[in-house]
Amino acid sequence: MEELRTALTVGFAAIFTNNILLVYFLGMCPFTSVSREVKTAMGLGFAVIFVMTCTSLLNWVAYHYVLVPLELEFFRFIMFIIVIAAFVQFVEMVIERFSPVLYANLGIFLPLITVNCAILGVSLFMVIRDYSFIVTIAYGFGSGIGWLLAILAMAGIRQRMNTANVPEGLQGPGITLIIAGLMALAFIGFTGVLS
Amino acid sequence: MMTVVLSVLAVSSIGAGLALLLVISEKTVGNYGECTIDVNGEEEIKVQGGKSLLSVLTDQKLFVPSACGGRGTCGLCKLKVPEGAGHLMPTELPFLEKDEIENDYRLACQVKVRNNLSILVPKELLSVSEFTAKIAEIKDLTHDIKQFRFELVEPDRIDFTPGQYIQLKTPSYKSGIEEVYRAYSISSDPADKNAVETIVRLVPGGICTTWLFEYIGLDDEITMNGPHGEFHLSDTDAPAIFIAGGSGMAPIKCILHHMKNMDIQRPATYFFGANKVKELFLLDEMKQFEQELANFKFVPVVASPEEDEQWDGETGLVTDAVRRNVSNAAECEAYLCGSPGMIDASVKVLGELGMAEDKIFYDKFA
Ligand SMILES: Cc1cc2nc3c(=O)[nH]c(=O)nc-3n(C[C@H](O)[C@H](O)[C@H](O)COP(=O)(O)OP(=O)(O)OC[C@H]3O[C@@H](n4cnc5c(N)ncnc54)[C@H](O)[C@@H]3O)c2cc1C
Ligand code: FES
Repeated sequence: MEELRTALTVGFAAIFTNNILLVYFLGMCPFTSVSREVKTAMGLGFAVIFVMTCTSLLNWVAYHYVLVPLELEFFRFIMFIIVIAAFVQFVEMVIERFSPVLYANLGIFLPLITVNCAILGVSLFMVIRDYSFIVTIAYGFGSGIGWLLAILAMAGIRQRMNTANVPEGLQGPGITLIIAGLMALAFIGFTGVLS
Repeated sequence: MMTVVLSVLAVSSIGAGLALLLVISEKTVGNYGECTIDVNGEEEIKVQGGKSLLSVLTDQKLFVPSACGGRGTCGLCKLKVPEGAGHLMPTELPFLEKDEIENDYRLACQVKVRNNLSILVPKELLSVSEFTAKIAEIKDLTHDIKQFRFELVEPDRIDFTPGQYIQLKTPSYKSGIEEVYRAYSISSDPADKNAVETIVRLVPGGICTTWLFEYIGLDDEITMNGPHGEFHLSDTDAPAIFIAGGSGMAPIKCILHHMKNMDIQRPATYFFGANKVKELFLLDEMKQFEQELANFKFVPVVASPEEDEQWDGETGLVTDAVRRNVSNAAECEAYLCGSPGMIDASVKVLGELGMAEDKIFYDKFA
């Protein structure tokens, strides 16, 4: 029961107070490049939720049942990256085979996600913070939702900005990063919601 | 020591295990079995599923045009796929107009063959063949442009409309480079049926041009397919304005040969743009055309001749020369060839001079 409560708290914190993107600034690259439209941002966001949850789970198992018994914890970087890459490849194949519709919407984002540092970040945080299996699931899922939330907000703002008069030198990535900074400040407002 | 061995073993075996898993899933999940492609309702071809429609058709020697080698960036591989193509990919959207989407047009390189398909291909495409040819001549035209002559071996004859292009198959000549196809306009005399000539500009770091410039030599065998393309001289008497710089001269030269062969008398002016005097080439051939074609005028334009260069011809941008020399644009037709930048600029100027958009024909080397 206690663990479930921790899981919920960690998951909730991952969405708001510890948002992987706006608080730790991980996963910035696809965030700036794929946030021009709400629809594509949503596709990428869902793909991130899925991959983040599954890979943190797989990496938890790999870490605790392979690396820890063999005392090879220092290999976690390589191990996590291999697992993430293989998993994404596998999922891509399966989705393409069994759900062409989902593949058309999501498939092109999957290779993009393999190299997303937020995915690796979640797996590494789960080790550093010594999360249990259940808490890791909540943390991976919550971080994914947090990322989706951030990119959706950004895409919404950018779509509105299409009609705004942005100074020439700031157009594109420049203004996007400034907005990301402002959004991060806003998210700091959530600090203290959880203690 | 033990730790080192153990760690290498552990990481390699995990890596190997995952790789094995991927190979197995490729063989099972990724195995689409044999699929049938119905071509124009007339012919059925059996292929192994799992690859893109473009590469499957290429394997079957049905050559759909493609300049980007299947990366989904040139938009040339459009085909009508009424059945079995699956959902439209976001990568296709930028290249398809609304009515094309409604009429089942797709980019062949983005459609994966997963099940039986039916496709409609234009009749001309079915006449596209694959040729083996031998490099018979390589001529330096400028510091970065060469003319290549390919003598056809098998089949040893080609029929094409002047203005069309061939696709060169570039083998994987260096590790890390995959086999690609690149388009090159035919520059030779269409009466010369046993060979094709092309004029190629070296793109620094480019896959195909680096291969042509640095890796092949006389008598080497190459593979190409063609002819492709819609670019050709129309059947009217309207005065023709040709605009092309650098390797863009290729299709224009071919059309000039054709005009000579057919004794086409319509007035024609060719504006040839270059930055420096030494970047002009084939001037003697152009002079020859001026003598042989009654109403043809060749206008070389040099953007910024250097002081020590003798130049008393037109200077400035090629579009400036067009502005200065063309007074009857509204009744002319224009044929442009070369980089997208040059073409866009020329279309704009011709429009300003009063030429209707449907009188402007071009091949973008993109
Ligand atoms: C219908 C058609 C006809 C063509 N006819 C001719 C022709 O007669 N003669 C000719 O020389 N070319 C012609 N081209 C262009 C040709 O097909 C190739 O795109 C070009 O030669 C580059 O190929 P590559 O494999 O060497 O470079 P790639 O490996 O394709 O490109 C390498 C890099 O260079 C960039 N790049 C590609 N092309 C250019 C360019 N033109 N300028 C600057 N950067 C570039 C790419 O974006 C890439 O980053 C034609 C293209 C088309 C579509
Ligand atoms: S081959 Fe270029 S878009 Fe398909």
